[in-house]
Amino acid sequence: PRVCVVGSGPAGFYTAQHILKHHGGALVDIYEKLPVPFGLVRFGVAPDHPEVKNVINTFTQTAQSERCAYYGNVTVGRDVTVPELQRAYHAVVLSYGAEDNRVLGIPGENLAGVYSARAFVGWYNGLPENQGLKPDLSCETALILGHGNVALDIARILLSPLQLLRKTDITDSSLAALACSKVKRVWLVGRRGPLQVAFTIKELREMINLPGARAVLDPADFTGLESAIKDAPRPRKRLTELMMKTALEKPVEAAAGAAAPREWGLKFQRSPQAVLPSADGSRARGIRMALTHLQGSGDSAKAIPTGDVEELECGLVLSSIGYRSLPLDPAVPFDSQRGVIPNSSGRVEGVPGLYCSGWVKRGPTGVIITTMNDSFDTAQSVLEDLQGGVLDVSPSREGFGLVESILRSRGVRPVSFSDWQKIDAAEVARGKAAGKPREKIVDPAEMLQIIGH
Amino acid sequence: MPALLLPVLYKSLIKLSLHQRQLRGHSSRMAHGALGLLRSRLSASKIRLLLLCGVTEQHHSPAKWPERGFSSVQGSQDGPGESSSEDHVTVHFINRDGERLTTTAKEGQSLLEVVVNHNLAIDGFGACEGTLACSTCHLIFDKDTFQKLGAISDEELDMLDLAYGLTDTSRLGCQVCVKKSMDGVTVRVPMDVSDMRKQLEVGKQSKQ
Repeated sequence: PRVCVVGSGPAGFYTAQHILKHHGGALVDIYEKLPVPFGLVRFGVAPDHPEVKNVINTFTQTAQSERCAYYGNVTVGRDVTVPELQRAYHAVVLSYGAEDNRVLGIPGENLAGVYSARAFVGWYNGLPENQGLKPDLSCETALILGHGNVALDIARILLSPLQLLRKTDITDSSLAALACSKVKRVWLVGRRGPLQVAFTIKELREMINLPGARAVLDPADFTGLESAIKDAPRPRKRLTELMMKTALEKPVEAAAGAAAPREWGLKFQRSPQAVLPSADGSRARGIRMALTHLQGSGDSAKAIPTGDVEELECGLVLSSIGYRSLPLDPAVPFDSQRGVIPNSSGRVEGVPGLYCSGWVKRGPTGVIITTMNDSFDTAQSVLEDLQGGVLDVSPSREGFGLVESILRSRGVRPVSFSDWQKIDAAEVARGKAAGKPREKIVDPAEMLQIIGH
Repeated sequence: MPALLLPVLYKSLIKLSLHQRQLRGHSSRMAHGALGLLRSRLSASKIRLLLLCGVTEQHHSPAKWPERGFSSVQGSQDGPGESSSEDHVTVHFINRDGERLTTTAKEGQSLLEVVVNHNLAIDGFGACEGTLACSTCHLIFDKDTFQKLGAISDEELDMLDLAYGLTDTSRLGCQVCVKKSMDGVTVRVPMDVSDMRKQLEVGKQSKQ
């Protein structure tokens, strides 16, 4: 049986891996719109978290295995449609993730100086479409809306000592921009309270221990929480205790003559109402926030405006309120409210032979293990359907044989995995001189040039 | 190409981490001297693991990452080139299907290395290759064995907090080293979300 996977991030690769491992005859083709593979592992995971990227090794093994093929530079939905893929393969798995972000929907959101976290992360990670961002880092105070790991990643990249960042695979141009950055204070602002933070303890601890930066947490935000977390599950308890401990600690005195440390802090129960413009109306100069109180508790607590507002001065606003998937093809059902493809255990509702895995299936949250488990779940559905006869594998399908002629007729030339390895080698060679693991190539045209396309 | 990747894919924890981990703000409260040099380039967790397993950078032999076949080969196999005379600790792994996988391990190896070296049939184990950046090597121990294991660091607890099916006797396999006293131990690979569904499916079928 021939299976097609759309998307070469963790979801695509783990789904492919699981199918290949548990079905000795399946052939799996992975399609990717960029020339280069690995999705968020390459473009989302922070440059100073190289260990998280170790999964690339197992994905590489999968891509190189006999029954697997990688086809980059193919945009499904444009270069080849999903119905065309369904004609070529017995099963099609959509694992194309979340390429967009949720919007604040407040006045001033489009002022200069306001960016989505997704675009900012794409910028420093070399995602081609975000290379033109040119974020303005000339202000002292940055405000990040959101209390997730992406918010912490951005705060850390903004405040990390340059000598640490220099040894990572962060792009050269963003390094240059950060070298000129005047940002020395970062606030992470959330609508709800400490018990609702979505970031995890490892990332929080990293921020607390960041050299040259000190945490500014208000003890008043944590009064009465001790009893609330007494019986909480261990992860929530430890996370809250760490915040409380940090809030109550006396700040370490800077050595005489040393530069004042950079600062970062958490603000709770503040919901953004408007980004305030500068005098000439061109750029952000601050933000007005509604103070909220919480209704309910735990994960389902809701933030209700109290009527009071607060203004905070800042020149850089990053909205980190969630990624969002987009519909791919009219033939694929899409729930625009939830931003996912309607499915049951990865089987797309109403479309036999079509499956989904990863963020486009479940929503854009979770770490690699979450996506791994989810992908295995979808792969399991595919395997069950192959075994149980739900998928009719008796008519042989042509797989890439059919897709290739479609692509050629549309002037599209796919990038193979060994092509990627040439690009990979070029990036590693360029990084070597600068003591970096790689210098990412950020222009798809340059990538194609390297492989002679 | 795959042959070249073998040694690259899973080097020793120390060698890998030297290239990857950077100096973190939180240095470990460790002794200086011999560890001073290591300290400047290793994270606290790596240093603790070195002490736990009683090895130094010079003596630790790289764990091998044998090519994983995609056929459903189950059961234990010795990794290529592993000398059996040094493998004298028997460890049993109960995988998610309830199968018992028995293997012999070298004292000082982490349980992640044991799974990798012996190519045990456990899906998705050790995604971050032992660098405390995931929780996919999560294992559940019996109470007695658990209590005799080495101290657990904050860094390990931080990652364990994200694991599925966390129990009071859970540890990350990459942080637990095989000791002679663990001979005959049985560890369980926890169920994850997809397995719960499999269990329900099986239950449904048996009722028909």
